Amino acid sequence: MNMGRVHWLYLAPALLMLGLFLIYPTAETVRLSFYGPRSDVFVGFQNYVQAFTSQPMLIAFRNNLLWLVVFTLFTVGMGLLLAVLLDRVRYETVIKSVIFLPMAISYVAAGVIWRFMYTFRPAVAPQIGLLNAIVVAVGGNPIGWLIERPWVNNLALIAVGVWVWTGFCMVILSAAYKGIPREMLEAARIDGANEWQLFLHVTIPFLKSTLAVVTTTMIVFVLKVFDIVYVMTNGAYDTDVIANRMYNEMFYFHNYGLASAIAVILFLAIIPFLVINVRRFRAQEAVR
Amino acid sequence: MRRWRQLLKLLPVHLVVIALAAIWLTPSLGLLVSSFRPRQDLLASGWWTTLVNPSYWPRFTLDNYRDVLFRQGMGRAFLNSFIITVPTTLITLSIAALAAYALAWMNFRGRQLLLMTVIGLIVIPLQMTLIPVLRMFNALKISGTFPGVWLAHTGYGLPLMIYLLRNFFGALPRELFESAFIDGASPFTAFLRLTLPLSVPVLASAAIFQFLWVWNDLLVSLVYLGGFARVAPLTVQLSNLVGSRGQDWHLLTAAAFVSMIVPMIVFFSLQRYFVRGILAGALKG
Amino acid sequence: MVKRLAVGLLLVGLVAGLAQGAVTIMVLWSGAELEAFQKVTAAFQAKTGIAVRVESVGRELPGILATRVAAGNPPDLAAMPNPGQMAEFVARGALIPVGGIVDLTQFPKAFVDLATVDGKVYGIFISADLKSLVWYNPDALYAEGLAPAHTWNELIYITQKLAARGKTPWAVGLESGAASGWPGTDWIEDIMLRTAGPELYDQWVNHEIPWTHPAVKRAFELFGAIVRNEAYVYGGTTGALSINFGDSPAVLWDKPPGAYLHRQATFIKSFIAGAHPELDLDRDVAFFVFPPIDPKWGTPLLGAGDLISAFRDTAEVRSFLQYLASPEAQGIWCGALGKLATNVNVDPGIYPDKLTAEAAEILKGAEIFRFDASDLMPAAVGAGAFWKGVLDYVSGVPLDRVLADIEAAARAAYGP
Repeated sequence: MNMGRVHWLYLAPALLMLGLFLIYPTAETVRLSFYGPRSDVFVGFQNYVQAFTSQPMLIAFRNNLLWLVVFTLFTVGMGLLLAVLLDRVRYETVIKSVIFLPMAISYVAAGVIWRFMYTFRPAVAPQIGLLNAIVVAVGGNPIGWLIERPWVNNLALIAVGVWVWTGFCMVILSAAYKGIPREMLEAARIDGANEWQLFLHVTIPFLKSTLAVVTTTMIVFVLKVFDIVYVMTNGAYDTDVIANRMYNEMFYFHNYGLASAIAVILFLAIIPFLVINVRRFRAQEAVR
Repeated sequence: MRRWRQLLKLLPVHLVVIALAAIWLTPSLGLLVSSFRPRQDLLASGWWTTLVNPSYWPRFTLDNYRDVLFRQGMGRAFLNSFIITVPTTLITLSIAALAAYALAWMNFRGRQLLLMTVIGLIVIPLQMTLIPVLRMFNALKISGTFPGVWLAHTGYGLPLMIYLLRNFFGALPRELFESAFIDGASPFTAFLRLTLPLSVPVLASAAIFQFLWVWNDLLVSLVYLGGFARVAPLTVQLSNLVGSRGQDWHLLTAAAFVSMIVPMIVFFSLQRYFVRGILAGALKG
Repeated sequence: MVKRLAVGLLLVGLVAGLAQGAVTIMVLWSGAELEAFQKVTAAFQAKTGIAVRVESVGRELPGILATRVAAGNPPDLAAMPNPGQMAEFVARGALIPVGGIVDLTQFPKAFVDLATVDGKVYGIFISADLKSLVWYNPDALYAEGLAPAHTWNELIYITQKLAARGKTPWAVGLESGAASGWPGTDWIEDIMLRTAGPELYDQWVNHEIPWTHPAVKRAFELFGAIVRNEAYVYGGTTGALSINFGDSPAVLWDKPPGAYLHRQATFIKSFIAGAHPELDLDRDVAFFVFPPIDPKWGTPLLGAGDLISAFRDTAEVRSFLQYLASPEAQGIWCGALGKLATNVNVDPGIYPDKLTAEAAEILKGAEIFRFDASDLMPAAVGAGAFWKGVLDYVSGVPLDRVLADIEAAARAAYGP
């Protein structure tokens, strides 16, 4: 469609809001990232050097990478699995609500919930955390789920993230899955395709663009993942992530310069995924 | 016979689905059971042991809920949460849908760049925007007011909403629009009569998520509205239950369920919009 | 231009705010603490007719307050997270001196000094907590034929004796959500005061000695000698790291006791009462002062307190500050919560139980009193690297590396 300048009418409210609440503060953030802790002394790239070289930041980068792979894989994978499987059962609504439930829980409450899962008590005492109760029941020693580095505790935190966010992926993917014309699926079945082939050759291509959206969204969320880590460990025992560093530097350590630099790094890290998205949009428009 | 074969074929599906649901439910179940236990019991035994031990059952109590619900200002807090959440969700979705429509179906220079910017903005940690935005609010004298919070939440929610909606709108078939325009529809008619009705499932999902995030937000409310009881939403009231050293964290068990009631009602009432057929039917025609 | 306009509007806003004849105060208190504080403000309003609008932002106070101050929108008064953060606000020019407003002679010099920056006083302590206490269950301890320790050697003796009998001497809980690690810093501060003395302690606070200094190292090692010993601590090191600080003392009153000793501040009493409502606090719960180590330094006391500062100088703010400092206000506040009063004229009869009155008596008699060091250090160290360092050390990271890490953070935070 080409209709002169009318598109600006549609975009104006959004652009105004984005400009005021995100673009202008981002510009301010970029500026502050070149200043000292109190935003009064120009320090050049010093904050960036510190962000890329300090030991805690390097650990945060590593953990974000771990989150990126594991969290994205599980949330999108389970979301897709559920969207496809739930379509076949009558009690879909009930299960969907169960999977969605964690999305409705504030992160402070999520911290309490997982306390009842991960809590450690010595082997001699009654276990009040479910996971350790299982470990003890099968003859093991209770495990410090949030203490043991580097795998157990990071994966324990990621598990909480997956628990919360799978509902998001499921809801979006399920909405898209419902959009697959039934005739397409039926026709393929009549042609003798088994369920797996159906999934590979009909479902996946049809959901491709939604999968890309959901994956992109999860990746963006992983980059700024913060609240789960903040309430459960606040980054102790090498579980820190970039956004939690930023939050601490800004809100607790009053180092606005370093916090801003970290925010800018987060923003830059998203660029490769932006490029992929734009390519995809172009392709989508070329075929429709 | 055929029915049996059908059932057998679906058995693995049932098993996987039910197993996943059980795993997902367990942590919340732990919270639910714990919310009915006296504080001193939470440290004494695992919550799951109480379920299989009938002699424990008389100890279940509503005290935690009583402490949470009948606190002064709780009704006001519920009301404030609605005053914040409902307008925000409506404003965000309206603005996002308009922008997504333009980005999906209108040709103009700089469109891809704009789209890239929008996606890029999802990653901005909102904590970084607090000080500049609060300065602006002070200048406009809207800090501490509900419209200020509506605007802020809308700004923060927009990028993701535009992105989700743009993707869905963009996937609608071109022929639909072409035939509409041949019939003489204006772009706005096509938006109102064609795009929106066809996008109900995704609009419903987007509305749920925006509702949830705003409902569960603590930080934005505290910064732009402040912690005064008069304007405090549910999240602020509930976090005030816990005590500055977290001494009353057991109350959070009940508080979590109290704060979840509304989002779950919203989810259930919007569920029916997810059902199949809306788009499939349209494609046929 | 825009900036000037903004400043202009801001001033209009300020003036409008002042005209109301009310004060706003931002606090971190919630639950019972908030209710107690509202009793104080109600009494103030009844007396003066000035309304106090209390803004409770909970544990996010440091972040919210810093944001509001940076954006030019502070409350009239606020509870400071700690003296270190107060000094940050002073450095930003945000606080007003209270010296000419409040009669500071009502307070012990130690508390006035803690709120002093460059010779001016910027806040008042309305209450305090005593940290150098070891809690025990008298029945359980005496049943083992043991008694409260008066020296470090006695404390170690008790510890070893219990361990040798297959019992666990200590209950330690370092978990505290986002603030995990702070209970360990209190241990190290108490030990540091007793082994290095108050002067070196102050130098440590100001980063005039490095974290790799032998005195700091020794304090960590003495702490580690107890807490890193799997047999001395309930649940071993994993237990110490995983168990929430508030939950940890409960096992002292289990039957049979899970542990016998617990080092924590006065406020832990309410957690004990919450976990064991059947206890008679005056009879079943007791404490002794964390014993001296090097006789040269005697028995110094470690504490913390609730600090109030003001961002605006108005007649209402002055009047409210004066009231908060008064024995009357402190009587309401401390009487309701079992906190310790800082005003020397407060009647000891206000305290709700024997334990609190006893703690208040001990605090009053302090020869050497020092504030919680981690609260005085820049937050990046005191609420960051130090907390993390304690957790790392207990979880098995070599001490030299732990101290080097904290030192690196301290170099960046204190500046050159």
